[in-house]
This record gives sequence, C-alpha cells and structure tokens, in this order.
Amino acid sequence: MTDLGPSQAATTHWRGDQPVHGRGETVCVIGAGASGLVAVKNLREQGFAVDCFERETGVGGAWNWRHTRSPVYGSTHLISSKSVTQFPDFPMPDSWPDYPHHSRLLQYLERYADHFGLREHVWFGTEVTRVEPAEGGYWDVTTRGGRGALDRTQRYAAVVVATGHNWSPKMPEYEGLADYRGEVIHASAYKDAAQLRGRKVLVVGGGNTGCDLAVEAAQQATMCWHSTRRGYWYAPKYVYGRPADQVNDLARALRLPLRLRQWLFHRVLRRTVGDLTRFGLRKPDHRIYETHPIVNSQLVYYIGHGGIVPVGDLARFERHSVELATGELIEPDLVVLATGYQPRFDFLAPQLLGAQADGRPRLYMHAFARPYPTLFVAGMLQPDSGLLPLVHWQTVAMARWLRLRESAPQRAAQLWTSLVGGPDRRWTKAAVKDSTRHWFEIDHVLYLRALQKTLKALEPAA
Amino acid sequence: MSTRILRPLEWAYPPRPVRREVRYARPDTDGSRPPVLFVPGFGHGAWIFTEHWLEHTAGRGFPAYALSLRGHGKSGSAPRTTLRSYAHDVVQVAASLPRQAVLVGHGAGALVVARALARYPARAAVLVAPVLGGVRMAFSVLAGNPAGTLPALFGAGLRPSRRQLFSRELPIRVGRGYASRLGRASTLAQWQLLAPGRLEDPVGNPPVLVVGSPQDRIVPLVALNRAARQYGGAPLLFPGMGHDLMLDARWPEPIDAILDWLDKG
Repeated sequence: MTDLGPSQAATTHWRGDQPVHGRGETVCVIGAGASGLVAVKNLREQGFAVDCFERETGVGGAWNWRHTRSPVYGSTHLISSKSVTQFPDFPMPDSWPDYPHHSRLLQYLERYADHFGLREHVWFGTEVTRVEPAEGGYWDVTTRGGRGALDRTQRYAAVVVATGHNWSPKMPEYEGLADYRGEVIHASAYKDAAQLRGRKVLVVGGGNTGCDLAVEAAQQATMCWHSTRRGYWYAPKYVYGRPADQVNDLARALRLPLRLRQWLFHRVLRRTVGDLTRFGLRKPDHRIYETHPIVNSQLVYYIGHGGIVPVGDLARFERHSVELATGELIEPDLVVLATGYQPRFDFLAPQLLGAQADGRPRLYMHAFARPYPTLFVAGMLQPDSGLLPLVHWQTVAMARWLRLRESAPQRAAQLWTSLVGGPDRRWTKAAVKDSTRHWFEIDHVLYLRALQKTLKALEPAA
Repeated sequence: MSTRILRPLEWAYPPRPVRREVRYARPDTDGSRPPVLFVPGFGHGAWIFTEHWLEHTAGRGFPAYALSLRGHGKSGSAPRTTLRSYAHDVVQVAASLPRQAVLVGHGAGALVVARALARYPARAAVLVAPVLGGVRMAFSVLAGNPAGTLPALFGAGLRPSRRQLFSRELPIRVGRGYASRLGRASTLAQWQLLAPGRLEDPVGNPPVLVVGSPQDRIVPLVALNRAARQYGGAPLLFPGMGHDLMLDARWPEPIDAILDWLDKG
C-alpha cells in the first residue's frame, strides 16, 4: 500500500498566491457513479491511495434517481442483459431477471461500494470546480464542499474523470419553439408516468429513451405521437428465446462476419415484425448494427394497437400547435424531447482533452488524454453492450499504466509514444452515422480486444 | 500476469441458476475481520464445515460461511454440470457477502476456488489438501484406491475410502458415519479433473496459502508442494492427518493456523 502518512501528505505548493496541498502520489477520481466506483476499486487494487470527489451525497451517479442529474425515470430498465452488463469480477445475483430495473442497478452499485470498502475513499457533497495541470505531470484539483465552505486546492499525481456523459441535455433547435405555449420538457426531466396521464403527448427522438417514453406514453397518455427523423431497426429484447445481446455475443464468439450477422438479424426481424412501413414507420436507411442499437420489443406492438402514432420530422412550432414536415398540424399538451445528452466537463479546459472547435474530446481509446499521461476519462463510451465491463477494464488499464510509469519510466515512455502516437481509431466496423450521438460509439468486442492488447503491453516485464 | 477480458461464452451462456445451500456462523461482535467462505470438494457438502470449522472460525471473530456446490448437500440438483458452474456458484456466494471474502477450498473444491479466483478478487485464498487435477494425480489416486476410482472413469461417482479421508485417530464409527454422508459430483466435472486445463491468474493479486498433510492418501506431498509453488510459497503441513482435515480428530490445528495466517495478513 502506498497510503501516505500525514507528514508526507502535508507538503504545500503555491499556485499564484493560493496554497496547494500536496497529496503525494494519491490519485484523484471525480465522481462516484459506476465509472468512479470501479476506478477507485481498481486503483486501490493496484495499491494506489485514492481521493474520490462526489458532488451528491450518495454513490450511484446517474443510476441514483435521487440525484438531480440522474436521467432515470420510474420505469427505466436495463436494455442490455445482465451477463453483458455486470462488472466482470462482481456478478449480479442469479435471482435477478435478465433485464433488471434501475433501482436494482443502484442497489448493485451500493453493494459494490460496500463490498470493496470504497465509501471511505469518497468525499461526498464535494464538487470539483477546477482541474489544472501542474509541473511534473501533477494536477491541481480545486474542490468546493458543503454550504459556504471555501475552495480548496490539492495536488494529485493523476486524475480520473468519471463524471458521465448522460446528464447535460442536448436541446434541438426548432423554429418557434421559444414561443410555443404548451409544456416542453427534455427527457431528463421526465420522472414519473403521472406526468403523462390524461394528456396528449408528443415524444421527439428515436433513441432508446425516445422509444421507451413513447411506449410509456402509449400505456399512460390519452394520445401519443412519436417523431423520428429517420427509419430505424427496432431490435427485440429476446430472440430465439434468449436475450438478444447474448445471442449476438454467441454469434461473435463463433466469429461470424458482420454481413452474416446482419443478414441473420434482418431475417429474424422480417419473420417476426415484417415490413415496418406497414406500421407507418420509415424504412431503415441503414443496415442493423450500423447505428447505436435501439432495443425495444414494444414500440411496434403499441403502434399496432394504435397507442402510438408515428410521425416524421417536425417542421416548426406554432403558438398552440406543432407542424409536421408533412404539413399536418398536431396539438399536444406535452412535448418530451428525447434528443440525447452532450458530454460536458466544466472544470476542465477543453483542449486538455484534445477537443477542437466542435467540442468533441479526442482521446486515445476514448480514455487516455494524449498530451497528458496522467489524465484519464472513464466510461465515456456508447457501447453496443453494457458499459460496466468496459469501464472496468479501462480503469484496470489506467491503474496498470500508472504502476508501470512508476516502476519502469523509460519503458512506459516508449510504450506511451507507440500507443497514443497512432491515428484516431474508430472501435466499430460498421459504417456508423457521423452525428454527435455516435462520437463515442464502439463495438464492445473490438474495443475489448484492443484493451486486451493494451493490458498485455502494460504487463510488468518478467 | 495475463488477463483474460473476452469471455463470449460467459456472456452468451451464463450458467443456469440453481438453489444454493449456504450455512453460516456469525461472530458475537461485529469486528473488522473479513468473511470466510468455505468451499467443499467433490462429494462433500457444506455439512463438513458445520461439524467443527464454521463455529470455530466465528468464535475467532470471522463471519464464517459454507456453501454446497450444485448437486451436493441441499443445493439444487445439476446432473450435467462442469467446473465452470461450480466456480460460478462460488463467485455468486462470495459476491453476495457484505464484504470482500476469503475463499477456502478443500479437495477438488480448491480447484473450484482456484478457478473462481480468476473471476472474483478475493481478499485471500486458502487451498486445503488441493486436488488440482491432472493425469499424475489421477494415477496416484487410482493406485491407492482402484475400486473407488476406476468406475468413475466410466461415469460412476468417485468413492474415496475411509482410510483415505481420515487418520487412525478418528474413531472408526465416526469415520463410517461421515463416509456414509458423501455424495458425488457430476460425471463431466469428474472427467474434467483429468485435464483441468491451465489455471487463469487470480484477479486482484490475493495472497494464497496451501495447507495439507503429508500423510494425505489422495493428495501426496509432491502435489502439495507443486500447488504451493504455483502460488509462490510453501505448503503448511499437518503430519498424521487424513484428506478431510476439517473432520479428522485433530481438526483445530489446521483451522487455527489458517486463521492465524489471515490475522497476520
């Protein structure tokens, strides 16, 4: 263990006229959600002292519905099945269903934190306001804790940013939206089915949230329009009697080529759902596995029962109605914008993460900041599977990298150049559409294979 | 230290859930000591630990748990089970405990624990009279007890003899009673003992202790040494005892040594 005694930790540096408390070789983790917790656990496992800062008073991040930034709503369930979603070294209980409810995921993360004794390393109610590079690869982290508390700056050997990327709403721009008199909310403000009951609802957005909310509105609201800009494939949660992602992983295990997997899936959908245009949906303009998968067994079902009326793109908002691209006017009481989220790191200068004018962070494997070998982002991925196993191995790689940097600096420096020197790779074979939504789109098998290689390179020399 | 990340078979075909028997003994005071999970070997159930070791461990301040692998004891039946599902049972129970656990595997249960270590970062692990499998071990067991071993090659259950399991110090009547309670592992898992494959490295780098008896008629001293060497140590030996150290006459000695080792770590 490299826990530092108080004497060693108390060195004070200066940034301008502000004192900076040195924390020695301690690593700072920002956020105690799923990604933050697994980072703390894996860094501790490699023997690092860790300070984790969490602005809320509990663990769980996005999965903790009590948190102001949590996007979950009452009926959120996982859309990837248990076996591809759990941490690889801490399985969910056998007694849980294939697709657990969000409250179970929070329970799972809380148990994870208790099981590995992580809470004692977390400073709750403490928000990170600034992260700035200091000399020697160190980082000055400024935090603000509690009401009226003063800012405090501490110097860390490394920083793992684990603040998530699904909390800052991305708002679409429509003509007349500002003057629209009906109620407009972003999906992040949707919490409970009571918000829909007895109302005419327009759901905008064809992502997983949009489809889930349309189904929810079909069950609860008087009327539901669902606006999507494009045609999508709606993958069922079960095929061949098993969770669909498990079947897909079996196909991956058998190394079936992408084309064959696409053909198989198209065939299953043709035989079960059939022609989507018959339901008034648009024909998908891409092959399956080419965009982030929409997993929803119920959307087409409810369209077939008249609960959802699919409409195309919106043209403009008027004072009391919404005009569709077809020219038709509809009059919803409530508009839910399920238009996604944007990554946001307020405490960090964008160029530190390699971001250019478009604001897109450019990191090696979406995790390692190229110019700064001691700055990492955990969990900034849009996988076609569960996120937790991916962020687990990401943070294992970070911890091992820091270890190697300490034990064999020369080898580490060489390795860094060879690893991050290469061009940006896209960790997906499919021709993913180039929208902000797919910035961090990855294929979990390809990504994990690459991580496996990175971990192998990080092994200490025998 | 190689790490296996891609486990498509695990993702696509997680082992089928079964009812699991878990017995426990809690210490009187809630201290900071880690929970200890005992894993019995083939044919044995959680009961071998509830006889003596479970209470004794709790008496020394460790929350103590013992499970029965599927198809054993009061756990659900599972006729076509392999080592993978046994290891799954261990990881499931370990992850359900309130804190990071110490895994203690006995006999072939040590092989199950060794496999579970690749899937769960245990705080520490103890392999008691470990049957890690392989052809060499199969031959030595076959030579010692052909009548109880040979039929197992053709699908019957392994039937260790009373003299393999216990020392002469244990009263014959008691030994017979224990032997009559033995069950059997699945045929597939028994066959897997012949060629268990290369063990994956443990995750989280836990300290591993090997415990055994040089007079064990199932796991000879060379096998104990080999097992200990694999984990970078030497075995802790208790001369004069049989294979089932937790049931034998001098059962307190090994468990005290194991708990002392845990206390030191």
